[in-house]
Amino acid sequence: MIRLEKRPSPSRFWQVATPVLAVILTMIAGGIMFALLGKDPVAAIRTIFWDPLFHPQFADYSRPQLLVKAGPLILIAVGLSLGFRAGIWNIGAEGQYIMGAICGAAAGLALYPADSRLIFPLMVIAGGLGGWAWGMIPAILKTRFNTNEILVSLLLVYVAQSLLASMALGRLRNPEGGGFPGSRNLSRWESSANPELIAGTGMHWGVVAAFIAVIAAYILLQRHILGFQIKLAGQAPRAARFAGVNPARLVVLCLGISGMLAGLAGLFEVTGPAGQISIDFNSGYGFTAIIVAFLGRLNPLGILLAGLLMALTYIGGELAQLMLGLPAAAIQAFQGMLLFFLLAVDLLSNYRIRIAGPAGVA
Amino acid sequence: MNRRTLLATAALGLGLGLGGAASAQGMDKVKACFVYVGPVGDGGWTYQHHQGLLAVEAEFGDRVETAYQESVPEGADAERVLTQMALSGCNIIFTTSFGYMDATNNVAAKFPDIKFEHATGYKREHPNVSIYNARFYEGRAVTGLIAGHMTKSNKIGYIGSFPIPEVVQGINATYLHAKKVNPDVSISVVWAYTWFDPAKEADAAKALIEQGVDVIVQHTDSTAPLAEAAKTPGVIGFGQASDMSEYKTNPDGTPGPRVSSIIDEWSPYYIKRVGALLDGTWESIDSWEGIAAGEVVIGEITEAVPAEVKAEAEALRDAIADGSYHPFTGPLNKQDGSAWLAEGETASDGDLLGMKFYVEGISGDIPN
Amino acid sequence: MDFGGINPAVLIASLMVASVPILLAALGELVVEKAGVLNLGVEGMMIMGAVCGFITAVTTGSPLLGFLGGALGAAVLSLIFALLTQVLLANQVATGLALTLFGLGLSSLLGQGYVGIKPPATGVVPLGPLADIPGLGRILFRHDWMVYASIAMVAAVWAVLRFTRMGLILRAVGESADAAHALGYKVTRIRIMAILFGGAMAGLGGAYVSLVRVPQWTDGITAGAGWIALAIVVFASWRPGRVLIGAYLFGGITVLQLNLQAAGARIPVEYLSMSPYLITILVLVIMSSGKGRASLNAPASLGRNFHASR
Repeated sequence: MIRLEKRPSPSRFWQVATPVLAVILTMIAGGIMFALLGKDPVAAIRTIFWDPLFHPQFADYSRPQLLVKAGPLILIAVGLSLGFRAGIWNIGAEGQYIMGAICGAAAGLALYPADSRLIFPLMVIAGGLGGWAWGMIPAILKTRFNTNEILVSLLLVYVAQSLLASMALGRLRNPEGGGFPGSRNLSRWESSANPELIAGTGMHWGVVAAFIAVIAAYILLQRHILGFQIKLAGQAPRAARFAGVNPARLVVLCLGISGMLAGLAGLFEVTGPAGQISIDFNSGYGFTAIIVAFLGRLNPLGILLAGLLMALTYIGGELAQLMLGLPAAAIQAFQGMLLFFLLAVDLLSNYRIRIAGPAGVA
Repeated sequence: MNRRTLLATAALGLGLGLGGAASAQGMDKVKACFVYVGPVGDGGWTYQHHQGLLAVEAEFGDRVETAYQESVPEGADAERVLTQMALSGCNIIFTTSFGYMDATNNVAAKFPDIKFEHATGYKREHPNVSIYNARFYEGRAVTGLIAGHMTKSNKIGYIGSFPIPEVVQGINATYLHAKKVNPDVSISVVWAYTWFDPAKEADAAKALIEQGVDVIVQHTDSTAPLAEAAKTPGVIGFGQASDMSEYKTNPDGTPGPRVSSIIDEWSPYYIKRVGALLDGTWESIDSWEGIAAGEVVIGEITEAVPAEVKAEAEALRDAIADGSYHPFTGPLNKQDGSAWLAEGETASDGDLLGMKFYVEGISGDIPN
Repeated sequence: MDFGGINPAVLIASLMVASVPILLAALGELVVEKAGVLNLGVEGMMIMGAVCGFITAVTTGSPLLGFLGGALGAAVLSLIFALLTQVLLANQVATGLALTLFGLGLSSLLGQGYVGIKPPATGVVPLGPLADIPGLGRILFRHDWMVYASIAMVAAVWAVLRFTRMGLILRAVGESADAAHALGYKVTRIRIMAILFGGAMAGLGGAYVSLVRVPQWTDGITAGAGWIALAIVVFASWRPGRVLIGAYLFGGITVLQLNLQAAGARIPVEYLSMSPYLITILVLVIMSSGKGRASLNAPASLGRNFHASR
């Protein structure tokens, strides 16, 4: 009989070992799937995990791209993790991401074609505010009317998507675009562009912001009273109330911060890698970031690593499609497996497995 | 190749690219790569592009190698996917959705030796970029004529995706040619605000049918509207993007809703362009072909359509193909009654590409 | 009778059909959440149901077997979720999202080769003269049997939760897993059963999309219906009757906005397309504020894993 016994504190060894174990298990299970699809499993696994980092033809390009892809995921996930720790469930980061991009782009485009160094900072502020405001809707409805924030934040994603479509086709449409949908290209207008800061590194302002967010969140959780309150509210809500934590204030703060960071991520994407507001500008970062937050165990440093790992599977998956002709669906299923295994083996760091004899004496 | 040599070759290539047009000598073997916005199993837009890839393979055999990547989101990921394709040794890259426009041009700037072909856009910023599109409105004219003859309620329903010029062209062409043969006809437009959402498309078709529409024209990509039409006897529709021939007959053997179709046939273009690269004649072009070049194909017109209507539709198709007739020929007024085209005047491509207005007779507004 | 060119009888009839997938999936999720488990993988389970149901129906030629196949396929997928969250104690939110990702990928792999095929038709229940009653006949008596089955399921779930011992135990497990455990109930086993039921219901909903609503298989066919189902459970404040109202309201607004367009109503379309979501939020705010506050009866243990320490 197998029994689980809760460890008094998570095992240090297994916290490090479990992700490695999960990746190995995924390679085995994924390899079987790829073999069933008639592809060479070894080549497929190597292409996904190895080639983006070390392939002579691609690695110089794809290594910095890991940062580009991981940047927004990390930035959003750090914000979400604060709320998740406090038991505040913002699952509408995708909508806040969209609104950040729309507001930031609108602020910039209103000044087109002016040439000023102040425009980009202005857009950053507008983007952050846009995401913040969109996050404040569920926050206020929660504190004022006790409305469930999971549902409101999720529904607002669809509202934001409709707004995005109408902006791309209407107000923000490029007047020189011959009636086609989509805004002017912001990455091509010097005042609004968010380019690589050092050539060949992939570092743009969004990646910088992600790193800053990781450090700030780390300090907040370790050193600041607010971080303590967040942790307390999540672990022992009643105790938190006795300790003088104001739950409404926490809701407003957590949803505001996560909304703002998601909005910033949207702004940095629309001015950089994506370049413009288009009908399908958002590509699921807000949802993927939720997974990243949990894979990183809601810990800022963990999120940093989890974001990079997710980015690796995306880029490696793209290479596998291109080089080996794997269907996109197989990559999706493979990512799903990786997440399953990562979540499953997490058990080992929090619990001890005891094998008891038939007598049940342990 | 490390980054430095890569940039050096890029710089070298850039000089060459600006100096001369196409490289004069041909190639023994070409690697042709395709970027798709949806999965190849979408049964519509991406499926048809993938048929083009298969046609290229069939045409050139060993002389061509292909690769593709499906479900690539328009936006931040597109530029990376394109760059990786370029690095992997593709000689020509087809980017098959409007949203890849800027990414295509950005990457083309970095890889001047590689040819880029962007579908349905308008930016050609580098000598190694071509753009291509198909005159879908020509097909809409033919199906519009059939619709005008076939409707008994004199109501045609049009399921629009997004209010962009291509769709507005389609609505206008459909209406004008239905009206020509049936002066009492009216058209109802439902904007689905999606290219692909089978359940919503089915709902849109249903809503139109409930309003008395008996001909459904769709500008969205799934077969759901036809499946919905099949549920109500007497309602007909047309295949969109692909032939959708499975809706020609119902399971019980009675005639199905699909009486014809507009097929996006990219094969001739892809074969032509890959061929041009092989024999060294590739140059940057702006291609907008229609029925004549075989890029827009009218699928089989079924028995459900009376023989004389079928003949008339085929005559219209042939007239468009041989250039003797343009679907937008004056006198035509805009919706507000202002003059657009004078007697005998035909619409310029510029007017069509930026079309933001309905023609006279259509009610309702184009949202924006 | 017409309102702005729209016949309400016709509208109600079509919203009943349009709502079936989200109704079934939401009902399943409600049971799961009543047991204290939050499974965000509804979209993934629905699309697995859609593809498995389609494949079964096409292979066997029987829509009935198709629906069973869909329920089974999705239930098998939900077993992964059950294993991870109940046995291996993984985080439920993250596992649910991963389930959706995996389900979308797997369904597409399974469905290759089934694109462009028509499934066997699901029959309309012959209700004879009832179907010819003016107005009412069209609304109520001309549907396929799944429409009636879905309404029957609402009643069944309501009755089981409210009147049976099984329902009582399920609710106890959702309210306080520890207390239920202390009383000698097998918390983990009960939760796994609930998850499997939720999976099967999501699968039925998905199969309804691919066999009746759209009749075809294409990648991504459920197009986000699973997320709506999740929203409806919360909207309904975990009550089966309100799930029915929520599903019909949501389905109704979606159908209504398309009907208004088709009828030529001069309305800003781009804002209409967001109206179902805005109205749902509005209703939610009204319900959760004021006197409705007490009625927000979320299961107390929702989303928390249970580990029997003794």
